[in-house]
Amino acid sequence: MIAEIGQYVLIAALVLAAVQAIVPLWGAARGDAGLMMVGDRTAIAQAAALLIAFAALTHGFVTSDFSLSVVFQNSHSLKPMLYKVSGVWGNHEGSMLLWVLVLALFSAAVAVYGRNLPPTLKARVLSIQAMIGFAFLAFIIFTSNPFARLSPAPLDGTGLNPLLQDPGLAFHPPLLYLGYVGFSMAFSFAIAALIEGRVDAAWGRWVRPWTLAAWTFLTGGIALGSWWAYYELGWGGWWFWDPVENASFMPWLFGTALLHSSIVVEKRDALKSWTILLAILTFSMSLLGTFLVRSGVLTSVHAFATDPERGVFILAILAIAIGGALTLFAVRAPGMKGGGLFAPASREGALIANNMLLTLAAATVLLGTLYPLILEALSGGETRVSVGPPFFNATFGPIMVPLVLLMAIGPLMAWKRGNLRTASRKIIPAAIAALLAIGVTFLAVPDGPGLAPFAMGLAAWLAAGTIAEWGGRIKLFSSPPSVSWRRLSGQPRSASGMSLAHLGLAIMIVGITGSSAWRTELVTTLSPGETVEGAGYAVTLESVTEGRGPNYSFERATLRIEEDGELVTTMHTERRFFPIANQTTTEAGIRTTLLSDLYGVIGERGRTPETADAWTVRFFVNPLVPWIWLGALVMVFGGFLSLSDRRHRVGAPRRAANTAPPANPPTQPLPAPAE
Amino acid sequence: MRQITAALAITLMTFLASAAPSLAVEPDEVLADPVLENRAREISTELRCVVCQNQSIDDSDADIARDMRLLVRERLVAGDNDEEVVNYIVARYGDFVLLRPPFQPNTLALWLAPPIMAVVIATLSVLFYQTYQRRRLAGTGPDPLSPSDRAELDALVERIARTSPPNPSNMQRSRFRAEIEAGLKPPEPDSEDAPTDGGEQTDDPQRA
Amino acid sequence: MRRLVVILPVAIFAALLGVMGALLTDGERNNDPSRLPSPLVGKPAPAISLPAVADNIPGGFSTEDLKGQVTIVNVFASWCIPCLAEHPLITQLAADGARVYGINHRDKSADAVTWLRRHGNPYKAIGFDADARASLEWGVTGVPETFIIDANGTIAYKHAGPITPEVLKQKILPKLREIEGG
Repeated sequence: MIAEIGQYVLIAALVLAAVQAIVPLWGAARGDAGLMMVGDRTAIAQAAALLIAFAALTHGFVTSDFSLSVVFQNSHSLKPMLYKVSGVWGNHEGSMLLWVLVLALFSAAVAVYGRNLPPTLKARVLSIQAMIGFAFLAFIIFTSNPFARLSPAPLDGTGLNPLLQDPGLAFHPPLLYLGYVGFSMAFSFAIAALIEGRVDAAWGRWVRPWTLAAWTFLTGGIALGSWWAYYELGWGGWWFWDPVENASFMPWLFGTALLHSSIVVEKRDALKSWTILLAILTFSMSLLGTFLVRSGVLTSVHAFATDPERGVFILAILAIAIGGALTLFAVRAPGMKGGGLFAPASREGALIANNMLLTLAAATVLLGTLYPLILEALSGGETRVSVGPPFFNATFGPIMVPLVLLMAIGPLMAWKRGNLRTASRKIIPAAIAALLAIGVTFLAVPDGPGLAPFAMGLAAWLAAGTIAEWGGRIKLFSSPPSVSWRRLSGQPRSASGMSLAHLGLAIMIVGITGSSAWRTELVTTLSPGETVEGAGYAVTLESVTEGRGPNYSFERATLRIEEDGELVTTMHTERRFFPIANQTTTEAGIRTTLLSDLYGVIGERGRTPETADAWTVRFFVNPLVPWIWLGALVMVFGGFLSLSDRRHRVGAPRRAANTAPPANPPTQPLPAPAE
Repeated sequence: MRQITAALAITLMTFLASAAPSLAVEPDEVLADPVLENRAREISTELRCVVCQNQSIDDSDADIARDMRLLVRERLVAGDNDEEVVNYIVARYGDFVLLRPPFQPNTLALWLAPPIMAVVIATLSVLFYQTYQRRRLAGTGPDPLSPSDRAELDALVERIARTSPPNPSNMQRSRFRAEIEAGLKPPEPDSEDAPTDGGEQTDDPQRA
Repeated sequence: MRRLVVILPVAIFAALLGVMGALLTDGERNNDPSRLPSPLVGKPAPAISLPAVADNIPGGFSTEDLKGQVTIVNVFASWCIPCLAEHPLITQLAADGARVYGINHRDKSADAVTWLRRHGNPYKAIGFDADARASLEWGVTGVPETFIIDANGTIAYKHAGPITPEVLKQKILPKLREIEGG
């Protein structure tokens, strides 16, 4: 019954999307305010409808309604409640529903919070959003219906992939989708601007909060997924350049570029066509990712359905959405002109260089990800190559180096024309910090990989440069503390957010370097009571107990870790067997301090009678690994801080009009044509 | 027994200091010679597990991954150098098994693309920048504003000029318009001095 | 020039669409996206030498034994379900006169004997490859896999996955006719 309600509201949402796609667009073309308002109402109604549909599906999972095909295939009565809920989006149909729900929620947010947008722009944005929504709702209803019934209803389900039964992974898709799908807003704004034939500073200001929100969520989502992989998959690895990881990384790279170039549009009314293109490309990468995961072209741990029929449907959506957007761009973009002059060495120049590097990085990752597919298609299936981590590490790293170097310099440059002499003076703290870091690292770990000191130097450069720039802004040490304090509290939040985000990256670089360069590992077989020494620690397998969880059986090992005879920690690691899925997972025992992770995993029991009492034990020391997630957290915090800047809600640039007398208040928004 | 285990572990640890950790290598696969074992580990990280999704044989639990790890060690013990070991496996499984795509005719595009793209992007940026500068400096070129914008600007200028005290004049109006059109916007309040968005920095030497 | 540059994104995207479309509509690929073309096709079969599965099962062979006549070598295991599915077709091939050898992959001798007794043994000889080392030599990625070796001991064809009637009709039989005709 509830599922049928879900089915009906789904169809209702489809109809609403159709209305929203056509009517406001038509209204904007005719300047009819009434027709344009329809967009607002349908957006809210659509969000409500999809919330109901999502609730209906959740109800099906929570009550273990196995007459629903998707519940049968992805759930089981013994599954813990948290994972019954997260199982809603742990499958193709449910996650698609989440996808369109997030899309609708963003549209509704524009309808409610976008009061300061010109009605025509808002109407067009909502229409484009609805077009995307319509396409994917059709996809869901016709090829991936979450409310499809099974008759007769089975008694129990086939369970959820044991790897997915984890709290970290429960939250990873929603966060990721808020980012991924959130970039649809920038896309819609871009298309709306192309239709209007106008991009101006105001547009840059309006699009920024939406881009920032999506970026922040995506950063969090990717970091969460990476952290989950680290502690769950038992390899201690956290990034594998897996095609689907890349599919979420590419929107992030383009999205970061978009965030920065929209600043130039907003401040200097320049880089307009480029920013529009970026907005289109960012969301195109999201769509491409959706396609790659669900079409079956790739085999990946993340891949959902391998159904070519669905694949062709999504490909058609891509063709129309991306192809249409890029064609519109090709036609309309040359007509966009304007903008202020600037010298190559200026804030604009630095942001352009930032964009060039990020675009290059994204294009490289895209090429590496798609190359095997391209080669396979061109050779008719005869040639298959792999493009794995060695390729990406060799190409991505060198691109990031100049980018990070630039990140400390860019904020020091003024708009229009940067004063190089002043900037070079202000960058000295960063240079000193970098040299110090290189030296200290080299002295502390002389026999580590040669590049590690330089990576630390890079991180120090960025951190010191960012802090020094922030210090300069609040006139730290160059003015009395009260002045600095006043300036600090007066800092616009977006500026502080920027500094935090850049600092977060520096922290991440430290973590990445530490974990890649100085990791140590111990692999051995131990019987209970045996101790092994290595990596500076003494590892004892105290005991191995067996037991049962809600839907699995386990072997649980207790490891005692000592350093210099003193107990450091006792950690537990488990090997779990899920009988329904016939799969084994490992839960690592991790002890995290600020400086490093101690990571213990129990492996297989000995297979021969002589070794039946011994287990494989792996023990890793991962220095600085927690800094990776810490850095990501700081970046996300910076993003939210920036988002909370009050000026985003005003939504319009200040018009100076200094030559015009003060009768006009400076914050007068640009009058919209429809007024 | 304990001492042997300890010695083995220490040796492993010392020589694996910079290699990626592995969940998959079993203690019984490890070679006695640490130098060979280290080579085996390094080679293994570059070989793909052909039945897994995007894992190296060093990381994978699969049977065939273990078989390949043993094969790598067998060839190393037999005296092959690193290249020969890899070629042995490639001869049987194809280029697919290499996680680092080889540098050969059908992957030239892949390896050369990043530097070429870098050059193309840089060149295009420079060219576009120069055209942009030239056009803006010359003041010629097509009207930077679209017709609707042009009309809007005119209306705005009219409104401002009309409401400004005390002597609205045509001269004021046209001067204002000319300033805007020449790209010399009136000084923005969010530049130079006040700490604002994006940390716009004052570069005024006097204010240092 | 600007016109040219703004057309670039659409053009690249169109090309990408073509690639994806081609991959999606490739019927063979859809059935098994992980199939791997073998570099050994057209090369002499690598040298292996395998013992028999058990005393009462004819078998044990080396690569040399494969020469002189066209041979089908089928890699199978008793624990492998698709192997069971294709077994009738293998039996059919043998009954029609083809010389079919088998490689018993990563199996236990007793299990293999039981399996063969239950489902029939169409193999002229079976090599026992308990540690899968010989399979590795031949670039086998899983079971079942089937090779066609010509009279000179060259690998003429390799099929990964079970033999279905379509595969038999469209790939195996034509290939057999081709090499035997030559």
